[in-house]
Amino acid sequence: MTTGTTTSRARAETPPVAAATAAGTVPATATGAAGARRGATSSGRRKRSPRDVLLRASVPTAILALWFLGSAQGWIDEKQFPAPWQVGDAFVELVSTGVLWENLSVSLGRVAVGFAIGGLLGLTLGVVAGLFRLGDQLLDPTLQMLRTIPFLAIAPLLILWFGIDERPKIIIIAAAALFPLYLNTHSGVRNVDRKILEAGKVFGLRGLGLVRHVILPEAIPSVLVGLRVSLSVSLLALIVAEMSNAPRGIGFLMVSAQQYFQMDVLVVCVLIYAVWGLSVDLVVRLLERLLLPYKRLGRKP
Amino acid sequence: MSTPTVQDLAAPTVRVENVGKSYGDRTILSDFSLTLRPGEFVALLGASGSGKTTLLRILAGLEAHDTGTVEAPAERTVVFQEPRLVASKRVGSNVILGQRATRDRRAAASAALVEVGLGGREAAWPTTLSGGEAQRVALARALVRNPRLLLLDEPFAALDALTRIKMQALVAELCHEHQPAVLLVTHDVDEAILLADRVAVLQDGKVGVELEVPFDRPRRRGVPGFGDFRRRLLLELGVEEAIGAA
Repeated sequence: MTTGTTTSRARAETPPVAAATAAGTVPATATGAAGARRGATSSGRRKRSPRDVLLRASVPTAILALWFLGSAQGWIDEKQFPAPWQVGDAFVELVSTGVLWENLSVSLGRVAVGFAIGGLLGLTLGVVAGLFRLGDQLLDPTLQMLRTIPFLAIAPLLILWFGIDERPKIIIIAAAALFPLYLNTHSGVRNVDRKILEAGKVFGLRGLGLVRHVILPEAIPSVLVGLRVSLSVSLLALIVAEMSNAPRGIGFLMVSAQQYFQMDVLVVCVLIYAVWGLSVDLVVRLLERLLLPYKRLGRKP
Repeated sequence: MSTPTVQDLAAPTVRVENVGKSYGDRTILSDFSLTLRPGEFVALLGASGSGKTTLLRILAGLEAHDTGTVEAPAERTVVFQEPRLVASKRVGSNVILGQRATRDRRAAASAALVEVGLGGREAAWPTTLSGGEAQRVALARALVRNPRLLLLDEPFAALDALTRIKMQALVAELCHEHQPAVLLVTHDVDEAILLADRVAVLQDGKVGVELEVPFDRPRRRGVPGFGDFRRRLLLELGVEEAIGAA
């Protein structure tokens, strides 16, 4: 279930690379810049016809309509699944009482801290291992071994070590965020076209100049793929981390709603996670537009 | 070329003497010698795998030679078979890659782009260029540095036939104007004859034959003697050209 969720979200833009990395099955080399480039090209903005838009929107709209109709007609048992308006009411109540923000802010904070630690570490290690042979020799084997451990499996250990305070939660999120960014940054830096590197050298670039003007710009597409996966996976880590012994957070809200059979609150929480996942995608897309303006321009016919 | 005495007196731009290079057991170059005078356009002809690109890479400083002497100026630039542009930099920045983007250099980049027929395209992204256009940018990038030695590594090989003819004319014109010493590495005999002052044929790791090209410029394929000269070079390359039934 873990992999499935990430995969479907990642598939939106960069099919093979992001999905495979999330599943943790593809070796580092396969997630290189070439793959990222291919993914980005195929996602180039195409103008959609009104008919196309209509058809694409039809099924989700129909499902929503069915939910409304089914709840109104009593086909759907309210105790099993709440009606849309009940979910709406629950949402309004959670917002007006401040309960939602109180918990959401805690969750956002956890992901921010965990992702900042894990993401920065992954990025830095990826650049170091990608650039320097020694760094690669020292770091890569260990990280490749560690990444095969499903990070969620260490949750019980962390709870035993650190108790139920913030630390195990942040560590799980950091661990989740670290590997996708490490893997993609490492291979992105490593797989910079040797020919373009050579051209850089011929035209006088050395050392830091080469890194700044050729290697990092060429690696950015890969890094962004890693960022997208990292952000998605840290959301998963958050959910799991908060479901065990969290005194606050969206996960805590869900667990307590479950205990009191508050179906409407449960659905609100699920929807919040969904919106969260969607926002992650939007943020990365925005970053892509800012950092890779040339990706949107296809080759001339 | 009409006053060889002056050029003979000038110090050579490139002096390669008795250079040897091997990868493991495979000897690529042995006892290779070649001299380029300032402003001279030399074509190095060879079959694929004959080591001509290796020699170019040694001259470009991208590879070390095992034995012998190599003297090449530091002001050397290369146009490779592929454009090798940095995808995330606009055309103008690609032209001055590795140089400070001062107003001066930007102006120089613009001027170089005008020279290769891409005036006003500074802000374009490399991904939006055709193969021929990208190769023109690569040429601008090589020329904007006023090189004393221009190394051309089969720069036309990946272009379509029509674009190739245009690019060859452009290179001939620009080399005539800027007068760098040029080493063109190619397996295309026609191209060598059309562009070069002198053709050196690479055989068994060394220059087997060196011939001055006896035709006036601008050159055309049809001039008297072209066919004979061409056949001679092909023979040196071990190719006897006769297509169709006898």
